[in-house]
Amino acid sequence: MSMTLDPRTLDSKIPDGSLADKWDNFKANEKLVNPANKRKFKVIVVGTGLAGASAAATLAELGYQVDAFTFHDSPRRAHSIAAQGGINAAKNYRGDGDSVHRLFYDTIKGGDFRSREANVHRLAQVSVNIIDQMVAQGVPFAREYGGMLDNRSFGGAQVSRTFYARGQTGQQLLLGAYQQLARQIGIGNVRLFNRTELVDIVNIDGRCAGIVVRDLMTGEVSSHSAHAVVLATGGYGNVFFLSTNAMACNVTAAWRAHRRGALFANPCYTQIHPTCIPQSDDFQSKLTLMSESLRNDGRVWVPKMAGDLRAPQDIPEDERDYYLERLYPSFGNLAPRDISSRAAKRAIDSGQGVGPKQNGVYLDFGDAIGRLGRNVVSERYGNLFDMYERITGENPYETPMRIYPASHYTMGGLWVDYELMTTVPGLYAAGEANFSDHGANRLGASALMQGLADGYFVLPYTISNYLSQWLNKSIPDTSHPEFARVEAEARDRYHRLASIGGTRSPDYFHRELGKIIWDYCGMERTEAGLDKALSEIPALYEEFSKDLRVTGGEDGLNQTLEKAGRVEDFFELGMLMCRDALEREESCGGHFRAEHQTAEGEALRDDENFAHVSAWEWTGDATQPNLHKEPLAYEEVDFQTRSYK
Amino acid sequence: MSGTLKNLTLKIWRQSGPADGGRFDTHVIDEITDEASFLEMLDILNERLVESGEEAVVFDHDCREGICGTCSLMINGQAHGPERATATCQLHMRKFSSGDTIVIEPWRASAFPIVRDLMVDRSSFDRIVESGGFITAATGGAPDANLTPIPKPVADAAMDAAQCIGCGACVAACPNGAANLFTGAKVSHLNLLPQGQAERYQRVENMVETMDEHFGSCTNHGECEAACPKEISIDVIALMNSDYRKAKTINRKSLSRV
Repeated sequence: MSMTLDPRTLDSKIPDGSLADKWDNFKANEKLVNPANKRKFKVIVVGTGLAGASAAATLAELGYQVDAFTFHDSPRRAHSIAAQGGINAAKNYRGDGDSVHRLFYDTIKGGDFRSREANVHRLAQVSVNIIDQMVAQGVPFAREYGGMLDNRSFGGAQVSRTFYARGQTGQQLLLGAYQQLARQIGIGNVRLFNRTELVDIVNIDGRCAGIVVRDLMTGEVSSHSAHAVVLATGGYGNVFFLSTNAMACNVTAAWRAHRRGALFANPCYTQIHPTCIPQSDDFQSKLTLMSESLRNDGRVWVPKMAGDLRAPQDIPEDERDYYLERLYPSFGNLAPRDISSRAAKRAIDSGQGVGPKQNGVYLDFGDAIGRLGRNVVSERYGNLFDMYERITGENPYETPMRIYPASHYTMGGLWVDYELMTTVPGLYAAGEANFSDHGANRLGASALMQGLADGYFVLPYTISNYLSQWLNKSIPDTSHPEFARVEAEARDRYHRLASIGGTRSPDYFHRELGKIIWDYCGMERTEAGLDKALSEIPALYEEFSKDLRVTGGEDGLNQTLEKAGRVEDFFELGMLMCRDALEREESCGGHFRAEHQTAEGEALRDDENFAHVSAWEWTGDATQPNLHKEPLAYEEVDFQTRSYK
Repeated sequence: MSGTLKNLTLKIWRQSGPADGGRFDTHVIDEITDEASFLEMLDILNERLVESGEEAVVFDHDCREGICGTCSLMINGQAHGPERATATCQLHMRKFSSGDTIVIEPWRASAFPIVRDLMVDRSSFDRIVESGGFITAATGGAPDANLTPIPKPVADAAMDAAQCIGCGACVAACPNGAANLFTGAKVSHLNLLPQGQAERYQRVENMVETMDEHFGSCTNHGECEAACPKEISIDVIALMNSDYRKAKTINRKSLSRV
């Protein structure tokens, strides 16, 4: 029994009032649950990254019963931990002209006017609380000699509003949130289910009633019921196979929710990050990000002459093209990610690529080392330089880094309303798993901000608005036959995957799928390419269904089987991504349709026809999704052509 | 510049579960580029095993950027292998030579029971953090972040300790299977900061005593520091011990007068 969706109900529930007042108005009018009644409600939180850990900890602190699920061995492993550069907040500690409004506007503009205005404004408002909260928890942010917090700049901003902890900001923030979660686990307010993966959602009587999970240690499939379920399960960047995501990042939780009635919004909005270490061989398992913060001091260049194979130090200054500084003088090397990535692609496509495979551009610290000295550069970026050297065998203090764009983040995700609820009542999505705040392109240092905003400062307020109606009413528990039915479906699915008996591993199919998506739905998309992808993906999926080989059986620990399930969901998502990219006949942010560009090769939006969120409904056939549109009506901001020149 | 390694012999620990005695299996890698990471070599081996109908070698790994702390492995008897300050996932084949025999084992420590093959259960680390590795700071009640200036050397020292990735190499390298470097790092991170002072002595007491329930005792070998992929100094153990001693004698009611 899947949800039946009434198309008229795509209501974003934006509160009344002026943009700056909406969040206060919401809080003033929402329904609350009194402290003594909170313990009567159970909330399931899936995922323990920044959004999940902060939501679970805060909900438990408030008094709700919380069950938290992670497929990792410990909540601290979630991929938020790998974020390097920083977290934005409109603190204006520099006195350089920052404000809530400016952070809001930068984010809307950075997202190429494709995000929801009210959500973005709320994000900018609560950004200041996040820094206060994290400092109180003991996050050792970088400080100046006077003891005050330090800041740096990130792409798409002309102020310094990024707080950081060396090159390990995500790690420190996640450990902060994890420690709050650990405290709640220790005192018994949160039950943690580790090494447990969500495999389905259960809906009963028009609301989400719980989840079905698989214990990765035993293979056992079981059910958990709750008053509300929060998915904080991250993005789907691993659909490209090669990405900066961790190996286990996957779309399964979001996709299973989608198949049960949650609309999936803007799947074609994927972020290709400009500064990753280029691929070195065909067996590479992932790509490694070099933080955007490096562009504060590093200068991006390629040789002016195509096919110039000289060593970088042998190329004289006047034969180098510092193309970001040339094309975007006011933002220079800190042009936003989508713009910088496409500029790198253009340089490489025109034969100016560098390195053994000519698949990179230089990120050069020669000037910075000359100006600041090696010690200062090392203090700012030392751990990133060390990581670069370990991976490439080259010393970036002596020879420029080679970088190339790679899949990094996904702006698309489960459609949510202002309260972060999906189209399934009682099912919420937070952090990268939802679609709401970054439009068609996310600015650097804003993912950590959004994950923590959702988990600490949005969801704990909005969830009571839904829960209050269930006070002292009975809800179905796991003895309801629907749980047994969904469990049986999940068991059948893993049994099917384990017993196809073909010849190829899940990794083989993932790699082949990733190539198709990267080639046709990566940095540049065309109608012909997307049509091709939409015929190749189902064909490869057919092959997967017949030729997959999973050894080790379905009972007990089986990493090959886990991977097979995740790859299968990537197939269906991949089809939806291409379909969405085909349907969106404009270029915006990370979605670049070659047919729609300016004479200078920049993205050309079509606000007349595409100023909407594309929210896709599952119909039972992956090739025939149903499109719903949420118009983007801006009250405060005018649509403008995005320029960083 | 890249090259190729030939004829590597891998001796890999296989163990079907906690009750199984376990054994070494030998696999030969005929050829691999030295650009490959160590775990990519295992990926290639696993793909070959699966496609020939055998079970893949189970190992923990995730971010492959040396930060999540999921990966482990004793490589030729060294936690995270031969390269200093490097987690297994960041180790590359250029550190090995053609013809090498490489012995790959799980972490070996009684507090980290083997789950299967190269995967161990490190949840005892989580128990230590749950017992006190936090600053109690309910959401929403925090004062302005710049209210309390923190001298840069203090913030830097806290960050040096906070870098711990929780991989467990310190325990695996320790002849006693002690977790003092891990626990010391967490205690130091929080006890150095002004925000951590209110719970400082309760924290160290709870964490040390939880640690002692699971792990062996520290006898200052220093193997942990040498194995740590984040180069955390054993100074953190001294700080923890010093705070633990004080915790046992100090009158907490008069803490604000100290």
